[in-house]
Formats: sequence, structure tokens, C-alpha cells
Amino acid sequence: MRDARGGEKRPIGMRLWLSGGWLTVLVLAALCAPLIAPKDPLMQDLFLGRLPPFWMDGSEPGYFLGTDSLGRDVLSRILYGARLALIVAVIAGSLTCIVGATLGLVAGFYRGWADRIISRFVDIWMAFPPVLFAILLIAVLGPGLTSIIIAIVVIDWTRFARVIRAEAMSQSAMDYVASAQVAGRTRFGTMMTEILPNVLPTIVALLTLEMGIAVIVEAILSFVNLSISTDSPTWGGMISEGRTSVHQAWWVLVFPLITLFLTVLSFSQLGEGLKDRFDPVLR
Amino acid sequence: MSGYLSIRNLTVCLKSGAPILRSVSLTVSAGQVHGLVGESGAGKSMIGKAVLGTLPRALHVTSGEIWLDGVNLLSLSQTERRKQIGATAALIPQDPLTALNPSKRIGPQITRRLVDILGWSKTKAQQRALELLDEVHIPNATRVMRSYPHELSGGMRQRILIASAFAAEPKLIIADEPTTALDVTVQKQILRLIAEMQQRHDTALLFVTHDLGVVSKVCDTLSVLYAGKVVEDAQMNRFFMRPIHPYSAALLAATPTYTDPTGSLTPVPEHVIEYVEKEVAEHDVRAAR
Repeated sequence: MRDARGGEKRPIGMRLWLSGGWLTVLVLAALCAPLIAPKDPLMQDLFLGRLPPFWMDGSEPGYFLGTDSLGRDVLSRILYGARLALIVAVIAGSLTCIVGATLGLVAGFYRGWADRIISRFVDIWMAFPPVLFAILLIAVLGPGLTSIIIAIVVIDWTRFARVIRAEAMSQSAMDYVASAQVAGRTRFGTMMTEILPNVLPTIVALLTLEMGIAVIVEAILSFVNLSISTDSPTWGGMISEGRTSVHQAWWVLVFPLITLFLTVLSFSQLGEGLKDRFDPVLR
Repeated sequence: MSGYLSIRNLTVCLKSGAPILRSVSLTVSAGQVHGLVGESGAGKSMIGKAVLGTLPRALHVTSGEIWLDGVNLLSLSQTERRKQIGATAALIPQDPLTALNPSKRIGPQITRRLVDILGWSKTKAQQRALELLDEVHIPNATRVMRSYPHELSGGMRQRILIASAFAAEPKLIIADEPTTALDVTVQKQILRLIAEMQQRHDTALLFVTHDLGVVSKVCDTLSVLYAGKVVEDAQMNRFFMRPIHPYSAALLAATPTYTDPTGSLTPVPEHVIEYVEKEVAEHDVRAAR
């Protein structure tokens, strides 16, 4: 028996601190963007084009991370871009999770014809190249926030469905599920009270991973100019613009890229950290 | 029907039609312990699963009757059947390591039965759960109630499963090789505990095992199973003195003895296997007609 182990709280690991910290900063930045952004992200000033970041010669005070070829402030654009990135991450990530996990749970627990139909759909879905599929969808739906979210849900629910189905199947084979049934639980009740709590750590880990993926997909879509209107700041849009002038003004490309990289990394690390922490067996 | 649990000509088949249980009949009287022995794959556990309605998806009952407390379970709808089983029967599972929900504390897992089946209040169920844990000799019951399954040892978990099986005072308990997954030293304690609980609560017990030594200690009557067919039904005393079927006799002879620990083990002889195989084949021919 434990007690010595169970009583004490484990310290939050480095991984959770760093990833959680970065995401908190990002959320705050997105919420307070109008207050803390030094400049208007849309304001162009062709006389101040391609200003370097603050530590290099020729920088202007107030343009902390420099400006792009149209003289727009890079830092302000990153801050405003965080808004779209996080909205997409949270909404698209959660919707994908709800759709995929529900289908996966039903397929894995009930099996039979429900499983056959869902699994066939997953197989067919996985045969499409996801990015092309997304681009095609946006082309049909028209650009805009809703279309991006729909596209991400449509291309990515299979990830959840597959993993959660497998997990639900292995949990269903456990004796405690049989015990619950013998004790008079309904099938649906068994699924909700016995299976769901045990696949939850996996769902959480997948959800945060999915949020990171949603950010990437949004960046890819804005890279090919299929995100929301072209002049509003997005990380993908900035990267695509910075690409054309990378030799003259590398900072236009590099800063949004670093932000994107750290954000996606933080999401996946947060998921792993939370899984370790909340899985009762691993804890 | 005589007996609390009475199985009549139960046949269970794979989807392909291959039989897993071949017209099994057996009776467990109220307050009696009935052993179910046989080698691996003989279908011992499947009988228990068929009664409790937890057969694997690939199997289904093709014919027969299962009478539990005067009701034929197979004539009931799924919902009614689940209710009937929940109210009258319980299971002590084989593997205590997977039989408790790992994401829930012990307390709710015991009390939920009482709340679900008997409709008790939470506090009353809590009180009863503490008593039950005390009955199965778990010290410091309050703390155990707050623990997660992975914090307890296998023997401890099996005690908890026994407690929760007896919780709602079922009339029948199916123990599916309850000691197989445990250490030999713990096995004896758990066996003694099951016997003790069975006597105190006066429950009918269907005891599935492959260990004849265990059967001799616990059971009143037994059925010997081979390839899903009952080859012998017997009273305990008579069985160990004079087994009737040659397979039963061979099985008894194969039991290792303490008196000669270095002696080689006796396998079931070839001609006996041939004999039962022939019986099984004859049964299949009769059944097909």
C-alpha cells in the first residue's frame, strides 16, 4: 500500500512549466493585443520598409522586431496573428476531438455494424492527401474562419477515431467492463462510466496535439493565401511574405516561424505532460 | 426446476457453427458449491459467461435453457435479463488486476452496486461497504476505500472483488478461476475467504477451476468438462474415491502429489484422449441429426 506516495503532490515538471508558460504568454498576448501591440498591424509606411530588429544597425525605436517590406511592424503582426492561431487551435481542436473521439468510442465499444461503417469511413478518409483535401474544401467553401475550422475538423477527425477506437477496444476486453455489465449497467452506461474515464488521458494528449496541428494547418492555408482575408495578420501569411525577401530582411520570415514552432511544440509537450499527470496508473 | 441455477442442454457455437459448449447440463443447488473442472479450452469459463450474458461477441447460444431463480434467462429480453442477473448473481473474476476500473477509487466501485441494484442511499451503501471490507479481513478499510486499484496488491484487490461480489447479497456467485492470477501463498487465503463468505451468506457458488486440489477443498458437487462436453457429474466424496469416467480418473491420476515431489508427472494417457474424443464426435453426429 502507498500513502507515503499518494499523499504528497508531485512537483510540476519542467516540461509542463515551459510549455504551459509559453502558451499562457501567448493567450495573454492574443487577448491584450490591442493594448500591448506597439503599432497598428495593418499600418503601412513605405519609408520605414525592411527595418531590422532592435539590436542591429539602422533599427528604429518602436519597431522592436523590425518591419516587413511594406513597413508594417513585425511584432504587432505576430501578436495579432496569435489571435487567429489560438482561436483556430481551440475551436478546431475541440470540435475535431469531439467528433473523432465520439465516433472512435462508439466504434471501439459497440463494434458490430457501427464499427464497420466508421472504420470503413476512416480508411477511405485516410487515403486522401490531407493538405490537398483541405485546400480543395476551402476552395469550395470560400475562405474565412469558419471554413478553416470546418476543413480542419473534416480532415483530422480520423486521427482521434482510430486511436480512441483502439483504446476503447482494449479497455472493453478488461474484466471490470464485464463486472459492470453483470452488475446491471446498460451498454451506454458502461461506455460512459467505465470506458470513457479510462480513455480520457489519451483524449487529452491527442487534443493538445491536435491543437498544435490545427495551428500548422492554419499556417499552411494562409501560406497558400486560403486563410482569412489576405491583409489581416496571420503567421502563415507572414512566413509566405517573408519568404520572398529572405535575403534582404530575414526577420520577417524568422520571427513568425520561431513563434509557430514554439507554439506547436508547447501544445504537444503540454499534452504529454498532462497525460503523465492525470493518468491514474502512470501517476 | 430443481436447483437455484439449472442449465439444460446449453449449446454455444462460434459464428462459423463450430460448437464450444456441447449440450451442457448442470445444476447448482441453493447454498451449495459446484465445481467446474477441465483443461484449458474445455469451455469452463464460457459456461459462466453464458449465464452472466458476457459471452464474447464471436459466440452465441444456439440452444438450451438457463434457469436462474426460476426464470429462464434465455427467454428474457436483454434489458430484463440484465436486471435479473444484476439482482440475483455476481461474478468473482479471474484476474484481479483488470477487474477494477483503474480510473476510479475503490469506494465508489463497491457502493455503486448497492446504489444501482438495491437502490440504497449513498451513506448507507458507504457504511455497508466498510462492513464488507471488514468481512474480507481488509485492515484500515476507510483508507482502502479512498485508494485507486493500482495502489493495492493483487491479493488485496481480489479481496475487494470478493467483497463487492457479495455486496448486494446475490443468491448465486460465479467464481471464474479466482485464484489463478495470484501467488500460491495468497491463493490459499483467498480460497479460505471465498469458502467462509459463501457459508456466511449461504450463497450458491459455481466454482470454475482447473485445479482438482482446490475443488476437493471447496466443492460439494462437480462437473468434469472435456471439449465443451460434460463427461462426468458427481458428488464430491464419491468422485475422489471412485471416478466413473476414464477421463476423470486420468485427470485425478495426473494430479501431482506432495508425498513424491521428485516423481515425474503422469499425463492423461493417449487412449483415454482417444476415448473422449470419440465420445465428443459421436455427440456431434447425434446433434447434427
